[in-house]
Amino acid sequence: MFTYIARRLTVAVPTILILITISFVLMWSAPGSPFMGEKLPPPEVMANLEAKYGLDQPYWKQYVDYLTNVIFHFDFGPSFKFKDRTVNDIIAQGFPVTLTYGFWSFIVAVIFGVGLGVTAAIRHNTWLDYLSVGFAIGSQSIPNYVMAPILVLVFTLWLGWLPGGGWEGGTWDHIIMLVIALSTSYFASIARITRSSMLEVLNSGFIRTAKAKGLPMSRVILKHALKPALLPVLSYLGPAFVGMVTGSVIIDQYFSTGGIGQFFVNSAFNRDYSTMMGITILVGTLTIIFNLLVDVLYAWIDPKIRY
Amino acid sequence: MEVSEPPLPPIERRGHGAAFGVHRRAEAEAALDQLAGDPVGLGIGAGAIDRAIARAALRCDDDAHDHLGAGPRRAADPATASPYAWFVTDITGIKGAGAVGSGDAAPDTLGVEAADDQTLVVHLERPVPYFAQTVTHATMFPVPQAVVEAHGAEWTRPENIVGNGAYVLTEHVPQERMVMERNANYWNDGETVINKVVRLIINDETQAFTRWQAGELDLVGVPTGQYLSLKEQYPAEIYSNPRLCTYYYNFNMRDNAPEWMKDVRVRQALNLGFDRTVITDGILQAGQIPAYTFTPPTTAGFTVPVVESAAMTQDERNELAKSLMAEAGYGPDNPISAEILYNTSEGHKSIAIAVSQMWKENLGIESTINNMEWGTFLEARGAGQFEISRAGWCGDYNEASTFLDLYGSGSGYNDAGYNSAEVDALLAEAKTAEDPQSLYNQIETIAAADAPIIPIYFYTSVGARQATLKGWPDNNVENAWYARDLYKVE
Repeated sequence: MFTYIARRLTVAVPTILILITISFVLMWSAPGSPFMGEKLPPPEVMANLEAKYGLDQPYWKQYVDYLTNVIFHFDFGPSFKFKDRTVNDIIAQGFPVTLTYGFWSFIVAVIFGVGLGVTAAIRHNTWLDYLSVGFAIGSQSIPNYVMAPILVLVFTLWLGWLPGGGWEGGTWDHIIMLVIALSTSYFASIARITRSSMLEVLNSGFIRTAKAKGLPMSRVILKHALKPALLPVLSYLGPAFVGMVTGSVIIDQYFSTGGIGQFFVNSAFNRDYSTMMGITILVGTLTIIFNLLVDVLYAWIDPKIRY
Repeated sequence: MEVSEPPLPPIERRGHGAAFGVHRRAEAEAALDQLAGDPVGLGIGAGAIDRAIARAALRCDDDAHDHLGAGPRRAADPATASPYAWFVTDITGIKGAGAVGSGDAAPDTLGVEAADDQTLVVHLERPVPYFAQTVTHATMFPVPQAVVEAHGAEWTRPENIVGNGAYVLTEHVPQERMVMERNANYWNDGETVINKVVRLIINDETQAFTRWQAGELDLVGVPTGQYLSLKEQYPAEIYSNPRLCTYYYNFNMRDNAPEWMKDVRVRQALNLGFDRTVITDGILQAGQIPAYTFTPPTTAGFTVPVVESAAMTQDERNELAKSLMAEAGYGPDNPISAEILYNTSEGHKSIAIAVSQMWKENLGIESTINNMEWGTFLEARGAGQFEISRAGWCGDYNEASTFLDLYGSGSGYNDAGYNSAEVDALLAEAKTAEDPQSLYNQIETIAAADAPIIPIYFYTSVGARQATLKGWPDNNVENAWYARDLYKVE
C-alpha cells in the first residue's frame, strides 16, 4: 500500500509540472497583455512594468524563475491586476470562502444523495422510488445558473429570509443558498449512482444469504449492502469534492462571494497571468491529491482491491 | 476613460464614492466638485489661475507640506508605471511633465511645489484654460509620500492607506466588498451624515437589482434594456441622468483599410445611412441622445456645433447617403461589405445588428459583425486590425478637450488612426487659447466632414436608488458623487 502511494506521488509531481508547463505556454500565446488598458502605456512605462514582473526575461528564464518560486518558496508572485495583493494573498482570501461552502455542499450532497439513493433502491418500484428518481432527475436538470436566481427570488425577494449574496465572513445565512445551489446537481448524481449500485448489490447472492439468515433489513443494508454499493459513488466523490471546494464559477460570480472561482475566470479575462497560474496549480494539485485519496479509500473499502 | 459597458466582470472599477479616507488625520485635500465652474471646498476658483501658475489653497495639517505635489509627481514618474501617467504628462501642462514622464528628468523637477502648508503652486508650461477641471481627476490628488515610500504598492491596503477624504477605507476584500467609515479628522466632518458606506462588487446586474428590490442595497445600476419597464414600476426610484460619455464606431483610417473605406463619401454614407433613434429609443430606451458629433452637449462651456447631418431628417440622410455611395461608384453592381468589431456584450451586439441591418436596407451594404473578448479586442483595435470598431469614451474632466484630443494624430486613444494636420494644429492652438470654444467647433466640423468615426449616441447614467437616499448630484454629468453629500430620511 505504501509503495503504491509513493508511486502515485512520484507520478503526481511530473503531472503537476506538465500542467504548469501547458498553462504557461497557453497563457503566453493568448493575445492581449495584462498591461493593455485603454491604450498601450508609453515605452518607458511598459519597460518598467515588464521589468517589475520579470516579463523582460526570456521565456525559459521566466519559466524557471516561476517554478523555483513556486516549488521552493511557495510563492506565486504578485497579482498583475490587484496591485496591492500577491497571488498568495488572493488565494488566502478566496480559497477559504470556497472551501467553506464547498465543504458544506459536499456533506449535504453526500448525506441526501446516499439517503435518497438507498431509499429508492430499497423501495424499488414503489411511489417512493419514483418520487426519489423524479426528484433526482429534476434537480439534476436544473443547472445552477437557473437554480441560483430562483433561490434568490424566493428566499430574498419574496420571503425576505436570506440576504441575496455576499459573504461577510461566512455567516450561516450567507451560506445556505450557496450550499443548496451548489449541492443540488451533485446530490442528484450521487442519488442516481447509489440507487443503481444498491439495486445491483441487493440482488446479489450474499445479500440473499444475509436475508435468509433472518437478519433484520436495516442490518442487511447497513452492515452488508451499503459498503459495496458505495464503491461507484466513491469514485465519483473525488472529482466532485474538488469541483465543489474549488468553487463553482457560477456560484461565486452570482452570489459575489469573493471566492476563488470568481478570481479564476476574471484572471483569464484580465490576463492576470500569475493569478491564473496560481489557481490552476491549486486546482490541479487538489485534483491529484483527492483522486489519490479516493483510490486509497477504495482499497480500504473493497478487500478485493490490492495495489 | 475608456468604457466597455456593460461593466467588465473583472476589475473593480474606479469609483468616485469616497474611495479614500484618512487614517490618522486630515492631511490635505484637493478635491473639487466636478460640477463645472463650481469648485467646492478648496480654493481653486476659475479666477485663481493666473494662466501660467495655478495656486491651490488646500486644507491641510501642519506637516502636510511634502504631500502636496506628491500625487502628480508619482503619477508622472515612469518608475510608478501608472496607467494614468499620460494625464499628468500630456494633459495638465505642468512644467517639466514631459521630461519626467519619459524618464529624462527626475520626478522632483516637476513644476509643483508647496509654497506653504496651505498652498500648492503648480507651474504650467503654457496657459492651460481647463487646468482647474483637471484637478478633479484622482491622478492629481495628493498622496502621502511617506506612506507610499514605506509600503510600496501595498500602501492602498486598508491597514496602510492614509488619505484626506470624508471616509476612511477600513476593509477591502477584492471581488467582494469595500467598507468606508466616517473620518472624524476630515476638515468638514460636521457636515457628513452617513457613518458607513459599503460598496459591494456584484457581477450580475440582474442579481444586483433583485437585491436592491429586496431592500438590501441603497443604490444600483439598472439592468440593460429594462429601464422603461422598471421606470414604470419604480417611478420615484429609477433615474436617468445625462453623462459625459459618447458611444461611437471607429473607421480604420490606416493604410490596411479596404479601398472603399478610404473614400470619405463612403464613410459619410455609412455615417448617415442609419437611424440613431432606433438605437436610442428602440434598443437602449433610457434617455440616451443621438450623436452626430463627438463631444457631448453636456460638456461644460461647450456648445455642440450644428453640423449638416444633425439638422437633416433621417429620410434626407438616407437620400444623401445613397447619392454619396453612387457618386463614389458603389452600389448594386459594385457592392461593399463591411465588418463591425465589438467587445463581447449583448448590448453592443444588439446595436451592431441594428446598424448593419439599417445599412443593408438603406444602402445595400452587407456587413458582418464580429465580437472579441475585451483583452483580445483591445489588442486588435489598438493595432488597427479592424474595419469598423466599437468604442466608448467618457470625459476625464469636464471640458471639451478630453474628447477632442482623441482626434489628435498623436493620441494613444485615437483608435481610428485619424491623421489631420489641420485638426492637430487647431488642437495645439486650443491648448493655450483664451477662449477655445470656436476652435473646438472648427475641430468638430472638420471631423464631421472627414468622418473618421461614426458618433452614435451620448450616454446616460441609469440607476435605481431607494427613495430614502437623498442628496444625489443628479446634475453632475461625470456621475461623480460623494458619500459625504448623501443622507437618508426615514
